[in-house]
Amino acid sequence: MERHRQNQSNTIELLTSQTEPIEHMERHRLNQSSAGDTVTIGPVTTTTHRVSVMLQLPWVVTAQVDVVLVLVSLWSLWSRLSHLNYPGAVVFDEVYYGQFVSLYMKRVFFIDDSGPPLGHMILALGAYLGGFDGNFVWNRIGAEYPSSVSVWSLRLLPALCGALCVPLVYLLTLELKFSHLSALGAALLLLLENSLIVQSRFMLLESVLIFFLLLAFFSYLRFHNSPSSSWSRFSWLLVSGASCSAAVGVKYMGVFSYLLLLGVASLHTWKLIGDRTVNHISVCVQCVCRFVCLLLVPVLLYVFWFYVHLSLLNRSGPHDQQMSSAFQASLQGGLSRITQGQPLEVAYGSQVTLRSSASQPIPCWLHSHKANYPIRYENGRGSSHQQQVTCYPFKDVNNWWVVKDPSRQDLVVGSPPRPVRHGDVIQLVHGMTSRFLNSHDVAAPMSPHAQEVSGYIDFNASMATQNLWRVDISNREAESEVWKTILSEVRLVHVNTSAVLKMSGVSLPDWGFGQLEVVAEKLFKLHGGSLGWTVEEHRYGTSQEQKEREAELHSPTHIDVDRKISFWAKFLELQWKMLTVKQEDSEHKYSSAPLEWITMETNIAYWLHSSTNAQIHLIGNPVSWGVANLSLLAYQLLAAVYVLRRRRGIKDLPESVWDQFVCLGCVCVGGWLVNFVPFLLMEKTLFLYHYLPALCYLYLLCPALLEHTHTNLLSDVTHRRALCVFASTVLLSVFLSYRTFCPLTYGSPELSATQLQGLKWRDTWDILYRRR
Amino acid sequence: MATGECVSQWKQTGDTSTLRNRRTVASSGSVTEDSPRHAPGPSSGSDTHSSNGTSARLSPRGGSGDGAAGRQLLLLLLVGGLSFSGAARPIGQNRPWSFSTRLYNISEPPQVCWDETHFGKMGSYYINRTFFYDVHPPLGKMLIGLAGYMSGYNGTFPFIKPGDKYEHHNYAGMRAFCAVLGSFLPIFAYLTVLELSQSHTAALITAALLIFDTGSITISQYILLDPILLFFIMAAVLSMVKFNQQRHRPFTASWWLWLVLTGVNLAGALGVKFVGLFVILLVGLNTVSDIWRLLGDLNLSLVNIAKHFLARVFGLILLPLFLYVTIFAIHFVVLNKSGPGDGVFSAAFQSRLIGNNLHNVSMPEYLAYGSTITVKNLRFSGGYLHSHWDLYPEGVAAKQQQQVTAYLHKDDNNLWLVHRQDHNESQSGTPDLVRHGDIIQLAHKETTRNLHSHLYEAPLTKKHFQVTGYGINATGDTNDLWQVEVCGGRKGDLVKVLRSKVQFRHRATGCVLFSSGKTLPKWGWEQQEVTCSPYLKETPSSQWNIEDHINPKLPNISLSVLKPNFLEMFLESHVLMIRGNSGLKPKDNEMTSQPWHWPINYQGIRFSGVIATQYRVYLLGNPVIWWMNLACLGMYLVLVVVASVALQRGFTLDQRRMEHSHVLKRGGGLLLLGWIIHYAPFFTMDRILFYHHYFPAMLFSSMLTGVTLDVLLQNTDLLLRPPYSHWLKRGGQMVFLFTVLYSFYLFHPLSYGMTGPLAQEPGSAMAGLKWMDSWEF
Repeated sequence: MERHRQNQSNTIELLTSQTEPIEHMERHRLNQSSAGDTVTIGPVTTTTHRVSVMLQLPWVVTAQVDVVLVLVSLWSLWSRLSHLNYPGAVVFDEVYYGQFVSLYMKRVFFIDDSGPPLGHMILALGAYLGGFDGNFVWNRIGAEYPSSVSVWSLRLLPALCGALCVPLVYLLTLELKFSHLSALGAALLLLLENSLIVQSRFMLLESVLIFFLLLAFFSYLRFHNSPSSSWSRFSWLLVSGASCSAAVGVKYMGVFSYLLLLGVASLHTWKLIGDRTVNHISVCVQCVCRFVCLLLVPVLLYVFWFYVHLSLLNRSGPHDQQMSSAFQASLQGGLSRITQGQPLEVAYGSQVTLRSSASQPIPCWLHSHKANYPIRYENGRGSSHQQQVTCYPFKDVNNWWVVKDPSRQDLVVGSPPRPVRHGDVIQLVHGMTSRFLNSHDVAAPMSPHAQEVSGYIDFNASMATQNLWRVDISNREAESEVWKTILSEVRLVHVNTSAVLKMSGVSLPDWGFGQLEVVAEKLFKLHGGSLGWTVEEHRYGTSQEQKEREAELHSPTHIDVDRKISFWAKFLELQWKMLTVKQEDSEHKYSSAPLEWITMETNIAYWLHSSTNAQIHLIGNPVSWGVANLSLLAYQLLAAVYVLRRRRGIKDLPESVWDQFVCLGCVCVGGWLVNFVPFLLMEKTLFLYHYLPALCYLYLLCPALLEHTHTNLLSDVTHRRALCVFASTVLLSVFLSYRTFCPLTYGSPELSATQLQGLKWRDTWDILYRRR
Repeated sequence: MATGECVSQWKQTGDTSTLRNRRTVASSGSVTEDSPRHAPGPSSGSDTHSSNGTSARLSPRGGSGDGAAGRQLLLLLLVGGLSFSGAARPIGQNRPWSFSTRLYNISEPPQVCWDETHFGKMGSYYINRTFFYDVHPPLGKMLIGLAGYMSGYNGTFPFIKPGDKYEHHNYAGMRAFCAVLGSFLPIFAYLTVLELSQSHTAALITAALLIFDTGSITISQYILLDPILLFFIMAAVLSMVKFNQQRHRPFTASWWLWLVLTGVNLAGALGVKFVGLFVILLVGLNTVSDIWRLLGDLNLSLVNIAKHFLARVFGLILLPLFLYVTIFAIHFVVLNKSGPGDGVFSAAFQSRLIGNNLHNVSMPEYLAYGSTITVKNLRFSGGYLHSHWDLYPEGVAAKQQQQVTAYLHKDDNNLWLVHRQDHNESQSGTPDLVRHGDIIQLAHKETTRNLHSHLYEAPLTKKHFQVTGYGINATGDTNDLWQVEVCGGRKGDLVKVLRSKVQFRHRATGCVLFSSGKTLPKWGWEQQEVTCSPYLKETPSSQWNIEDHINPKLPNISLSVLKPNFLEMFLESHVLMIRGNSGLKPKDNEMTSQPWHWPINYQGIRFSGVIATQYRVYLLGNPVIWWMNLACLGMYLVLVVVASVALQRGFTLDQRRMEHSHVLKRGGGLLLLGWIIHYAPFFTMDRILFYHHYFPAMLFSSMLTGVTLDVLLQNTDLLLRPPYSHWLKRGGQMVFLFTVLYSFYLFHPLSYGMTGPLAQEPGSAMAGLKWMDSWEF
């Protein structure tokens, strides 16, 4: 507390020193003379860490260090990094991100639809540096880490990002052209925000996201504020673009902030275009530079994250099934082990398994087995009573089919093999039962509007065989006219009825063993959607006899050539999958609605000690939360009044102050809007921590607004003093409430039930008590 | 045969008259270029021009010629009747053309087409005064009903499914009514574009696009809400543009006229479908910018600005609101008989419908043990407490016990029996009455399971507890006990049927029975979730109403249920409509249309007929027109960017080009905004979407095309020197006209119907025209 007050007084003096440049210079010289002591002590602090090197002897290095900034940073590092090992158990979403970290360590491929891979990779980097081997099962919150896991390193990078946010906010306020005092205020608000501390101290991504967002805006403003003659400022623009890309790479939410930054940048560019003192060529060059730095580089970097992701994860794993066969074949193990070296072109006599390219509800293979459709279904409709054909999501010997030429009897591949081409008519024979794949004008069991597909059994019931299928290769432009393993996507068109073979996605009841229904449907009802089938396992049949063939089918396939698809194809497929995979829209015990965040109606219990009442909660600092909301409201009111009065020709503010005010609004209120409003439209499960990025912008806004009021609205000295007193009281109460909630932030010391009860400032908060 | 004749006739008259028109316009333009600024004569003092301000700048070449034409047009519209001879005038041809394209073949096919099955039926309901439930506001259906009534339709045709033959029923009146409204679209578009661009050519291009667009024709020809909706949208836009033009003569009669008309049309648009909100947004934004402009005008005093503001509040908020509410008032007054969909509404609502079982209801007044009851949740569109034989599936809910849900419709599975805790109901004599604070069991009548809850999380609302049906034949455990609490009651109060708000508090856990309003997935038959909420706030979601009450041992008493006031009915029907709208999710195997399909004309809708022998009508925009619209949208953006950058960079442009960039930015900007507002929101909707949702946006897109193409052709002199550039311009116009007409000739069977082989076959009328595989004709 002492130190805190001292800082404040320092900076006040600093302000006065800025206004008096001569005095400033003198002191500066004074400090230099104090032999080699580069860090100035005492009441004087200087503004930036500029290091100037003079090129005449003696070489003198003058370093100017902003002591306030350094102190704030140190405090911030201490608050975020101390006792990172505690608690030594899985905390909240660590259980979720942990799995991915483990998979990175084992280099096993996975899909996570919650966000792009950069965030996961950063977490994995921490784990890698700490020597984590990926052998930990992240199965429940509260599970104790074994001593072999370096918990500290797992949590280090997010905590570091969280700590660096504080100095960044300080610098950002300066770039918004507000004073050091405001900068200090913003930094303190951020520093004393319990929820940010909690969120930074664990293996979670919000702090990383916030760090990149702030960095992007800081570096952009640094670029914008530097004199336009220097070209080195474009390096700041590059940093800005890169951090935008990183922010998007951590969470998709970053896109909105990126768009905001692009909006601000394009406004500035538009002004540049209108500036007739600059010649055409310079304008063109500058525009191109901005385009490259803010659009091209971020996009390329974004793709680069995926490149790293995909090159790191080269082994097959649990999520393979969601990807196409070609993608799976590019991963080590899994499908590629099976498919390596199998013949490429499907020929008459080939034995194949056919995988449905529709992956909803789950990927599966065309299947048949020795069981017939029931004569009558539950609802009284009749069936053909022929053999069932289904789609089965597991590897099975009954998934094998033989491609047969209708004009010949043999089921072996001749020499040379005769490949099947687009447009050819084939029959498909089920390997184990030798039934022909058949369809006819009988309503399918679960989807009565479609045709039943069966393995044909002749009951002498005047139901003729209709077992001819035309091969329709839908990606023949990209691949070839010849039916290829894995690569070709084939529609099987029923020749008699021109219906298309399709997995309907409906599960059959008990008589069908819960497998998925396969139907044939007329083409005009089907558009879009993938109706294709790909050959996954494939070998040339060699045995004509049923018995031998069965033995052949039971034997595993083998072989070895690697089939690669390009990075771009993989990238696009993965990105598309990540965007389209639908999350289960379920509610979580601690999920909340966006409007509850503003008033902090909810909290999240992150961790509870296995035997005591020690616990960690995501609860914000209620006082700063209130201050943030007030400042948001105040800014909007003030802006409305200013704008209306300006429109009526009354200019309250000088032009430069007005620009400053507008810029503040664009960054802070704009930043809050883009990080909050999209959640109102989302239908995912949302949590309080989603609000933290938006909150940071409000903390930035609050002190700046106070300063604005102080310098521009209040002319009377007593009013100004009152404002100062008010501001310091608020800051004091922020600090006190921070202290109050510290036990729930750091999880220690343990509180008694009554103390916990006392912390339940809101009825809607869930604070846990252990019954004793 | 007839079609062929018709088309050729159009081609002849069309070509010539349009040419003539172009010549007129061009010559008037060239004349005024030579001698700019005709001073408007004293007689034209009241035309659409003002002597100062932007509109004058906009049309420096707009001499008396334009003004006279505009006035003529207004007259034409007001008088309405116009013979073909009027087509000799430049603009007159619009009217007969759009009417003839829309009204041609109106009674074909004589069967129910597509959504006529809904809207025709609802029209009949109005004629029969039967209450129904629909997701759209009532104005459109009321108008259809009115049109049917006026044209002699008696409301007896059942409209069961598409494809039913109308036979002797008089349906053509309703179709013609829709078609007439649809015919106004090109006229409105013409006038709007004329106002925005001050160019007859641009206006004619727009009108031609809309007149010859097969999609717009088809959608206007049937008993649907869309032509009515489009009519109001376009009328609102036109009045708004006209109102903008009156800005230099505020508070005059015409200023008020257009203001009020805008408001009326907004109410109309919203009264037909909620899509009308988009045009309200457009007008709202326009008004905001208008007020902003006024605010910046330092010559105006604040009092004046306040007057402006209040006038707009009246014309654009209060008036439409009043009209909109009036529509609902009429709706409620007209429909006074019980009909389908009653059960969706609250008990109070139902009680005012003649024929409903709650109308002049008589039942035992106080809840008693041994009664059979239905329990309805009090939230808007809350359902009846419901159960059925199905169990909660494994993995979704904690316990695989019998489902308990809330179901919106009347059903036998909504019946529950009230039991005492210990089941010793007095067998004879009058049953005991249930009192506040009593502990009861509720047994499901059909399955005999008890209403049960326990400390496991509910399937969707994880913060609440699961509610199930448990036990058999009224044996159960202590988790089956519920305490009855009348809201605001004291211990010992009786529970009034229909009038008491009741909470059921779970005895063991202290939670209250709660309807979350969330829809369960398929395993729960898409009924609503019922939970037990540990949060004891009194909300309608946790309050229930005893609706039906059957107890033969008690005397029935006629209950005068509190009649709902109008505001409650109004609100309730809105909540239901909104819920219904967002609940329209695509079912399995149902084709769904994606918003990005629409502008590229990816796939249309079958209005009638599937196979070769049937009479087929297919809703699909004229692909040439639609693709041209798309191209022009891109072209517009390029033009605007180029013009803006040039201006911003300070290049000096001559007067004419300044004008063009102004038209592009102002007029085009407004139209682009309209297009975005009517198109972009669909991307965020997760309800089921159809191709025809794009038509409002398509109107804006066509108008934008008119403006863009015109500016583009006017600026051919950037490429070539004068005489050639002039020829290029003329050539461009000719090519455009020819393309539109020819494509219409090619695709007209889509609208006017076709029989015979499908398009894949060589003998079809549409042979070779199936340019995209996804088209289904």
